[in-house]
Amino acid sequence: MSEVNENGQEAKGGGLLAMSNDSFAKTIIVAVGLCLFCSILVSAAAVGLRPLQLKNKELDMKKNILQVAELYDEGTSIEVVFDQKIETKIIELSSGEYVDIENPESFDQRKASKDPAESVAIPADLDKAGIRRKATKAPVYLVKENDELKLIILPVHGYGLWSTMYGFLALESDATTVAGINFYDQGETPGLGGEVVNPKWRNLWKGKKVYNTEGEAILALVKGSVTDATANAEYKVDGLAGATLTSVGVTNLIQYWLGREGFAPYLEKIKKERS
Amino acid sequence: MSDNTKALVDPLVDNNPITLQVLGICSALAVTSNLATALIMCLALTAVTAFSNVGISMIRNHIPGSIRIIVQMTIIASLVIVVDQLLKAFAYDVSKQLSVFVGLIITNCIVMGRAEAFAMKNPPGASFMDGIGNGLGYSIILIAVGVIRELFGSGSLLGIQILEKVNDGGWYVPNGMLLLPPSAFFIIGLLIWGVRTWKRDQVEARDFKIKRLQESEVH
Repeated sequence: MSEVNENGQEAKGGGLLAMSNDSFAKTIIVAVGLCLFCSILVSAAAVGLRPLQLKNKELDMKKNILQVAELYDEGTSIEVVFDQKIETKIIELSSGEYVDIENPESFDQRKASKDPAESVAIPADLDKAGIRRKATKAPVYLVKENDELKLIILPVHGYGLWSTMYGFLALESDATTVAGINFYDQGETPGLGGEVVNPKWRNLWKGKKVYNTEGEAILALVKGSVTDATANAEYKVDGLAGATLTSVGVTNLIQYWLGREGFAPYLEKIKKERS
Repeated sequence: MSDNTKALVDPLVDNNPITLQVLGICSALAVTSNLATALIMCLALTAVTAFSNVGISMIRNHIPGSIRIIVQMTIIASLVIVVDQLLKAFAYDVSKQLSVFVGLIITNCIVMGRAEAFAMKNPPGASFMDGIGNGLGYSIILIAVGVIRELFGSGSLLGIQILEKVNDGGWYVPNGMLLLPPSAFFIIGLLIWGVRTWKRDQVEARDFKIKRLQESEVH
């Protein structure tokens, strides 16, 4: 390793070789020299690799969005498909209005939710999803075909049993029918709550309705399986077997983010525009 | 066997860091629920052990005794950060799954142990071999545990479905316990038992002997 060479050279140049290892001066010199060398090594790696890392992060996000929109294809370039099919917009959550910011794709909701200037604390009685703070702005991703809105993809997150689960929910253009759901970051019990990523379970969400006729978000996970015979089956999804608390968490985060605190104002606007 | 070869081969079974020295168990529990993360962890740990050994060995004659451990830690920590950054840049998905465990290589007793026990006394070449050997010894166990846990816990290997799970319409009922950290404890325990049955000389002498009480001593 080169840190060593540096130290070796230093030793030859400064006549350190002859010095007793345990002398005070040598201790300081070795410590400082090593620290300097290591800090250069670490900062070079961090700075040099940063562009690649940021790109990975962005690609990962785009991949998740494409997956929930069912546009992801192993063979094709994520960026090309994303640029072609998906439009990123930033909205003000409370009003549901679009906000113009530069480079909306680089907006980081997670970072913003920790920034006091860009986030608000959620009162405990409203904090269904258990997230304590939320960013005042949120990204939405629109899939359009021939200028006609096809899908609205919303970022959602909330607390499950062990972890905050981050995911995307895709709604059809009527702003109430679910087209897909995907969790890309979660730390629930593997095999139980961790089944939120199971494609088979995620498929059950397709065609479910979020809002009832009064416009309340009532979509929920229920114990056992939902069949056609179940009353109000369109508002119910099978709970995860053996993962009651994760299921409750998913219900809460869906109802929170699609409720008045979350995307409801925005989605109502979309509905109005359509009718 | 030359010294270098011995340094490389010895830790594989005869002086395995996990089964004989029982070091590095923490990460062995945490990252083995699927094989892919276990493999990357093995690579990361082997690289860190080998290069930290070389680095420490090269300056071993100039390390003041009073700050010996700190010097070792600094070198190890720097290398771990570099490995972590490299993973984030080139293997993003895996680095997300490994999360804090790459950072925790710093505290892995195997790395520190080899630095202190071997690299401080041996030349860089042998130290490098020793680092690779111990890394591989760790890897053998991790891979074995990873294969068992992923195959019977999720029915797959490296993400490729082998046993069709009931949840996906197949026949295999996955053993959920294997996906939880304690199962790795059992598997490693059984492995240690197995190795020590095969190599009797690894069995440690008893610290205490259970003595039968004499009739007269019972009151």
